[in-house]
Amino acid sequence: MIADVARISRLRGNRSLNLLPSKALGASVVLIILVPLFGVFAGGFLSPHNLVNIALQSSILLLIALPMTLVILTEGLDLSSGALLSLCGVVLALLLVAGYSIPAATLAAMAVGLLFGILNGFCVANLGMPPFVVTLGTLGMAQGLALALADGNAVSGLGPEIEAFSAFRFFGLPVLVLIAIAAYGIFHLVLYRTTFGRYVIAVGGNAEALRLSGVSVRLVHGAVYAISGATAGFAALCMIARTNAGHPTIALGMEFDAIAAVVLGGTSFERGNGWLFGTVLGVLAIGVLRNGLNLIGVDTSLQLVAIGALVIAVLLVERLASERSA
Amino acid sequence: MTETTEMPAIRTFRSDAGAPLDPELRSIIARFVVLAVLCAGVALLNENFLSVANFTNVLRQASLLFLIAAGATLVIIAGAIDLSVGAILTLSACVAAGVIHATGSSGLGIATALAIGISAGLANGILVAGLRLPPFLVTYGMLWILSGGALYYMGGIPITGFPREFRFLGSGFLLGIPVPILIMIATALAGSVVLHMTTVGQQMVMMGANRAAATLAGIPVRRNLICVYVASGACAGLAAVVALGRVNSADPGMGDPLLLPSIAAILVGGTSLFGGTGTLLGTALGALLLTIVLNAMNLLTIGSAWQPFATGIVLVGAMLADAFLNRRRS
Repeated sequence: MIADVARISRLRGNRSLNLLPSKALGASVVLIILVPLFGVFAGGFLSPHNLVNIALQSSILLLIALPMTLVILTEGLDLSSGALLSLCGVVLALLLVAGYSIPAATLAAMAVGLLFGILNGFCVANLGMPPFVVTLGTLGMAQGLALALADGNAVSGLGPEIEAFSAFRFFGLPVLVLIAIAAYGIFHLVLYRTTFGRYVIAVGGNAEALRLSGVSVRLVHGAVYAISGATAGFAALCMIARTNAGHPTIALGMEFDAIAAVVLGGTSFERGNGWLFGTVLGVLAIGVLRNGLNLIGVDTSLQLVAIGALVIAVLLVERLASERSA
Repeated sequence: MTETTEMPAIRTFRSDAGAPLDPELRSIIARFVVLAVLCAGVALLNENFLSVANFTNVLRQASLLFLIAAGATLVIIAGAIDLSVGAILTLSACVAAGVIHATGSSGLGIATALAIGISAGLANGILVAGLRLPPFLVTYGMLWILSGGALYYMGGIPITGFPREFRFLGSGFLLGIPVPILIMIATALAGSVVLHMTTVGQQMVMMGANRAAATLAGIPVRRNLICVYVASGACAGLAAVVALGRVNSADPGMGDPLLLPSIAAILVGGTSLFGGTGTLLGTALGALLLTIVLNAMNLLTIGSAWQPFATGIVLVGAMLADAFLNRRRS
């Protein structure tokens, strides 16, 4: 019943119910516990320099996690986005080295991402293939292409323009953070203020009703993957700006952080329940977790274990809660 | 690559009156034909391909791939998925390597690998079947937990050099045949017997074809799901022992490149991702086919960076072929 009210209110664009923090319980709990904890125990955690660092890291992750939220809303999964980000980064870097301008190279990278996204979307939406296997296949293709194109090494020597781009600030906010905020704005408008966004929510919630009302469910469903691919292409620009090189394996596994962020943010794999701002909280939670654990010297390997355990714990709590309310 | 027959949802229970050939048999024959054509093609391009040394090598590689895919095949037939097999192999191999170096006992090492595989499978099974969490997300989360655990355990330093008797399972010969190939045949036979000739096996097929009907028919769906996940973990543990014996070294990245090929081998082998159909012989042929493709790329000196690309193409291609030829789902 409550879920129905929430769904209807979301479809009407009424966000009052969606702002309930309980929807992003995982992310909220992690942030509320970890921020003070790291503030006390991790030296330099609350320093401005470190906070900017977290924001920069989180902004790239957010660019992957926002489209991932849409994909998960349709009860799907995009395992290829980390590998796609790497591949698009290599393409972007190669084009910059070849002398193309930043906008032209970015558009080309986005086109590469879009092509892979369309392949994913076609297989999932038109052929009814399980998304995690389709995107596992394209993950392999993108990873192989990235390694082959870059010949296994980082592509560097990108010229002064990209350095000027990454150094750009507006009111003290780094350009990557501005991009992330703008991207959130766009995704928010698309999801909550357009017909397409309502269809996306309905694909996961009730695809049959959508089909009966004459909407091309396949097109909407496939478009979500295409958006995910194109956004990964754009995120490559941010990654290049941050690292000043196109590395063929740099973002492998980033899709896991993105999926974890979406799950922590309260978007459920069942029935298309989701909350886009929860994904922002989830991304921040992952960013804080990784950064704080780095500062207190916890190995990257244990960070993986922690995030994996966190995801399963959130799923477990959701399952128990839904069983109680049922 | 794929046959064009229409398969009923639960073809195992059909008496095959009227059908000229069992669809499962046809599918296997079709794969043998593809395999033969592929072998002939590669042999024409490179004369080394059919040499005994190269072919033994191919079979050995395929046997490792088959072992890791065998249990996952059962999971998929039963209507779920296991994305954690590569990571289970990694953790089993790393900890077993540590145990062997600490105690010097090969038996203890094998037991460790199997125990870790079985416990990881049990954890997957309990989370998926007992607590009804989404299988792909649980096993994907488990993938990172296990590989993170392996990375931490190894601390960045590989463990190399194992006793001769331990390496026997991975690189030894019995009656002139490499032991991994014998293990592959034994696993395929045992798995096929369970799948096709026991009640539990038939129940797995049924619950993969229609979970709701299977539950209503009183099949212990949850128990069987836990069983297939445990089998998948045990297979990955066994594969870890074979892999350790073969490469004589354990490192925390050894299982990562195996996940994609193992799923590809299962798909190429004709197992439906939607559950309810599939054979272990098909997976063995799929593993062999994929290994031959990768081996041919090596022989033709195509850079190893293209291998994940080719594997991805094979996986997506197999799915597309399946979708266009079968059109079982609208």
